[in-house]
Amino acid sequence: MPRMNMVQALNSAMDIMLDRDQNVVLIGQDIGYFGGVFRCTDGLQRKYGEHRVIDAPIAEGGIVGSAIGMGVNGLRPVAEIQFADYIYPGCDQIISELARLRYRTAGDFYAPVTIRTPCGGGIRGGQTHSQSPEGIFTHLCGVKVVMPSNPYDAKGLLIAAIEDDDPVIFFEPKRIYNGPFDGEPDKPAVPWSNHEKGEVPSDYYTIPIGRADVVREGEEVTMLCYGTMVHVCLAAAQAMDVDAEVIDLRTLSPLDVETIRQSVEKTGRCVVVHEATRFSGYGAELAATVQETCFYSLEAPILRVTGWDTPYPHAFEWDYFPTKKRVSKALEDVLELA
Amino acid sequence: MSRKPRLHIPPAPARPGADPDFSYIDIVEAGSVPRPDPHTRLREIPNSLIFDMVRVLDDAHAPVGPWDPQLDPEELQAGLRFMLETRLYDDHMLRMHRQGKISFYMKSRGEEAVSVAAAMALRPGDMLFPSYRNQGLQISRGRNLADLMNQCLSNSADMCKGRQMPIMYHWRRGNIFSISGNLTTQYPQAVGWAMAAAIKGEDDIAASWIGEGSSAEADFHHAMTFAAVYMAPVVLNIVNNQYAISTFQGTAGGERRPFAARGPGYGIPGIRVDGNDFLAVYAATTWAAERARAGTGPTLIEHVTYRVDAHSTSDDPSRYRSKAEPQAWPLGDPVERLKAHMIKFGQWSESRHEALVAEITEQVASAWEEACSYGTMAEGPFLDKNELFEDVYRDMPTHLIQQREQMLEVDRWGEEN
Ligand SMILES: Cc1ncc(C[n+]2csc(CCOP(=O)(O)OP(=O)(O)O)c2C)c(N)n1
Ligand SMILES: [Mg+2]
Repeated sequence: MPRMNMVQALNSAMDIMLDRDQNVVLIGQDIGYFGGVFRCTDGLQRKYGEHRVIDAPIAEGGIVGSAIGMGVNGLRPVAEIQFADYIYPGCDQIISELARLRYRTAGDFYAPVTIRTPCGGGIRGGQTHSQSPEGIFTHLCGVKVVMPSNPYDAKGLLIAAIEDDDPVIFFEPKRIYNGPFDGEPDKPAVPWSNHEKGEVPSDYYTIPIGRADVVREGEEVTMLCYGTMVHVCLAAAQAMDVDAEVIDLRTLSPLDVETIRQSVEKTGRCVVVHEATRFSGYGAELAATVQETCFYSLEAPILRVTGWDTPYPHAFEWDYFPTKKRVSKALEDVLELA
Repeated sequence: MSRKPRLHIPPAPARPGADPDFSYIDIVEAGSVPRPDPHTRLREIPNSLIFDMVRVLDDAHAPVGPWDPQLDPEELQAGLRFMLETRLYDDHMLRMHRQGKISFYMKSRGEEAVSVAAAMALRPGDMLFPSYRNQGLQISRGRNLADLMNQCLSNSADMCKGRQMPIMYHWRRGNIFSISGNLTTQYPQAVGWAMAAAIKGEDDIAASWIGEGSSAEADFHHAMTFAAVYMAPVVLNIVNNQYAISTFQGTAGGERRPFAARGPGYGIPGIRVDGNDFLAVYAATTWAAERARAGTGPTLIEHVTYRVDAHSTSDDPSRYRSKAEPQAWPLGDPVERLKAHMIKFGQWSESRHEALVAEITEQVASAWEEACSYGTMAEGPFLDKNELFEDVYRDMPTHLIQQREQMLEVDRWGEEN
């Protein structure tokens, strides 16, 4: 089977969809001739033409707004926002328009837009190249939110997102574009080529939106995570020799509550891990859901490991980032608590 | 002939392998654009200010026409020095990035006049809202190079306390606002600063800079509208260096109309200026500043220039433009042009130039040494990590005090395990 990193897997997903569906178009800054600043659309303009892989002006509101218009007129646009940190000028179009169009027109209008955007830290990018704003978008009603943790899922989920008639915000954790990262910054980088999820079929396949993946089975504690943090959680569980069940949520909204419920009812303990800041973050939703659905199975309070409630710093990144060390300590804490 | 609409994709001038082609840039003879009185009403300002190009230095390096600011030799020498300082600072920092000493950098080669001449034409009390390619503003206002380097190193003397990526400087005492990574946000902020000056009845003005690519953001429209409605005392600059990372200025909307032409649509005069002509930039800024300071209103200046180097240290321009482009750029190099002008009039010489380059090279090297004494990425002194939680609010709320404690607890736990 071919081996791909996440960039190649995403490229393959878009390639397949451009080929299968004439209505699929890509639009974004530097995505055309150049192939994207992370090279996710490399070669696609040459293959499908300037009218289907479109270089956009630097105006995120314009990109999202025009994608909505194209979607209403029968196209299936895939918009790239160069960094999730730059999605905010597009937010009125996302929050007030994209998310609500189907509802306010009783289904007469809708826009099947996918918005791809690299997110997350760990690249010394400071506050404007490191943010994890997923919680802003999971708070919306009417958009789906997805974040893959490996090349195989990235491709299957992106194809599913493009085919979905609802808008999907597709977050790409850029720290793991080229290889998994287990939250130990001093260790040399490893490529996807040695990882089982780096094996990616070259053909069409989908991974359903709305379904989590149990990536490690265990009895002692449930770890809820997504994106880069999946790898950090796995590494921490192994390092601490804890029989942890690690759930890669993959889709943040709508959430696969059933998979979570089954796990926490078995383990009785839960740690929630994300890079985004803590207060009012997505982890709060997860903790509330676990509490509501599994209260009588819980043997300890649900713990959260998150970015601290400050803007993302340039210095001290590894004190800010939920590293393997921070997650390991949380595992010890949650098992001691009774 | 087909009468159907067809999506138009602005063509790029010269992709890799092609011959450079700058025929799309309309260049008029130096001195040919009239200079209206700065207080002329918009409808009486000739269109040549937006469609032609304000140029002072002719091909033989002589100043010609009504825009000649008639600077004295000391001012010219200061301008040359600041431009060279900017260039040599940039070169040094790029080398430091290549050696792994800093994590990121962005150069301004070829665009030095845009910042230096403007800073010199404005007053020290005027508030500047720069983009990330305006290091010349800092340098012309007398900023210590070591201070800029400290920021790039995130060391113990970093004015941002390690909270921003390299080059995101600010300088409160020097009246230079904080650089944001989010494009164009500074534009309406500059207008607001100018509105405040007008409300308070003070005669300091504001100035801001964005790239031509950034002019596509909605904040450009916000700034122009507010500036026009309130006749804000502000000078708004678009630095048209032909590229926004890989996309050519046509993608930003510059294909059929100069960016300067956007001004009159809002009720704001526009000036299209040769951005590599130090004297022209100085003259255009002076004109705009005089209007602003006297309450006549805002001005939009488009600086036609060229981004000679990569967008940033993360970029490789050979992937998207002809390698021969920088040499083919028709408006030359701002440093070389000013130097040639000064030599022509006996105010400068090759040997003085060489001596100045040597002096500044030494100055940059010793500034780097000084900066490193405040810490590098690898060696202390480092910032205090407790600082991570400071300045989120003026007073630290309880939850941040707790989180700071948790951070230290993780460290202690890590040492025990
Ligand atoms: C809101 C926002 N969108 C996108 C980016 C990514 N980005 C950084 S610089 C840049 C190009 C800007 O080009 P231009 O305005 O022409 O300035 P130049 O780099 O040429 O000086 C882009 C797209 C950003 N920083 N902020
Ligand atoms: Mg530009």
